[in-house]
Amino acid sequence: MKKVVVVGGGVAGMQTALSLKERGVEPVIVERTGALGGKLRNFHLLFPSMTPAAEVLKSFTDQVASSGIEVRLNEEFSDFSTDAPIVIASGFNVFDARLKEEYGYGIYDNVYTTVDVERMFNEGKVGLKDGSVPRRIAFVHCVGSRDEKVDQRHCSKVCCITGVKQAMELASLWPDAEIFNFYMDIRMFGPGYEELYQQAQQEAGINFIRGRVSEASPTIDGRIQIKAEDTLIGRPMKMTVDMLVLIVGMRGTDGGKFYRPRDLFGGSVLSDRPNVFYAGAATAPKTVGESIAEGVMAAEKVVQYLNDGN
Amino acid sequence: MAIDFGYSVSQPRAVDLDRNDLSLAREIVREMPEFSACIACGGCTATCTAGNLTSFNFRLVQTLVRRGEYAGAYAEMNKCMLCGKCRLVCPRGINTRGVVRLIKRKLGDY
Repeated sequence: MKKVVVVGGGVAGMQTALSLKERGVEPVIVERTGALGGKLRNFHLLFPSMTPAAEVLKSFTDQVASSGIEVRLNEEFSDFSTDAPIVIASGFNVFDARLKEEYGYGIYDNVYTTVDVERMFNEGKVGLKDGSVPRRIAFVHCVGSRDEKVDQRHCSKVCCITGVKQAMELASLWPDAEIFNFYMDIRMFGPGYEELYQQAQQEAGINFIRGRVSEASPTIDGRIQIKAEDTLIGRPMKMTVDMLVLIVGMRGTDGGKFYRPRDLFGGSVLSDRPNVFYAGAATAPKTVGESIAEGVMAAEKVVQYLNDGN
Repeated sequence: MAIDFGYSVSQPRAVDLDRNDLSLAREIVREMPEFSACIACGGCTATCTAGNLTSFNFRLVQTLVRRGEYAGAYAEMNKCMLCGKCRLVCPRGINTRGVVRLIKRKLGDY
């Protein structure tokens, strides 16, 4: 029997492979990069419990290693004409913040993305370019989300909670810094998220300002001036910050779009082709936990498909 | 005699967080940390007895105070009748009536 091809070695792909193996079906993970783990490899702490990402990642890679699942690294999968079952677990791409030129990412110093912040925490080097501690930090929500100007109409879902989490991490790192989060809506959909948001407001002292930042510009002393409307007041607002963090959204991996599942009610891991399945953020922005859950579901559907005599 | 041509210079309307002194706002929040847990639902203003008869908007005035826009806050808070209905509806459990009294105590000079 042909092996089930799992495209992508992130958490969704690894969970799919592990669940298939448990059910006696032989999977092969095809991973584009040189290591398993996907986006999780770059994350520092996971919301809302602040669990180290490395801990979650290690439990998965250990299981994959001990189960003897075939892993092919540095290999791009493209043979969709095969009749072997394929599970697309290709995840997402991080929105390229340079496309929102008005925020100055890659142009001005000390403009970072949330992905940069995770990396800086992992490297133990969080701070301004000159090594000093910022007095004022602003987070911009919805960079590359809910924005048709960059062909990203969807809500990337997990960025709100990421912004809240990182604001709190920076607040505890630099207790004297003032932190402002500029948002359009705060979407706290998961368990413990709303509680974390309230903690950010009340205990960490994060200032939440409703309004989309329109532009960032450099000041003569090398800081960054931002403009927004404080829509709760109904007046324009401006302020200068030392550090600007762009909370970047998710972009699909099917030519910039997300793969479209058959339906969202039981068919969320099915495609229009009987032998092609989906798992994780390939079909929509999802959390780590949701992606893992879909890996189990995709494996179940693959086994059903195989048992139906294919 | 100066001739009035009918022109004037408009003052910038922006809330300028580089100029505003947020120390009083911080002091208020320190005394009542729950004050910063507002999610701007507007329930307080919707139910407000004074707000239904005057231009008083508690949700707006307390937001302005947190941004360091203190001018007029004391006078606005004087419109409150301290009936406490806002406190009954607040989904974040903020002692809104207490916020009114705190702002009046701190911002009497504005």
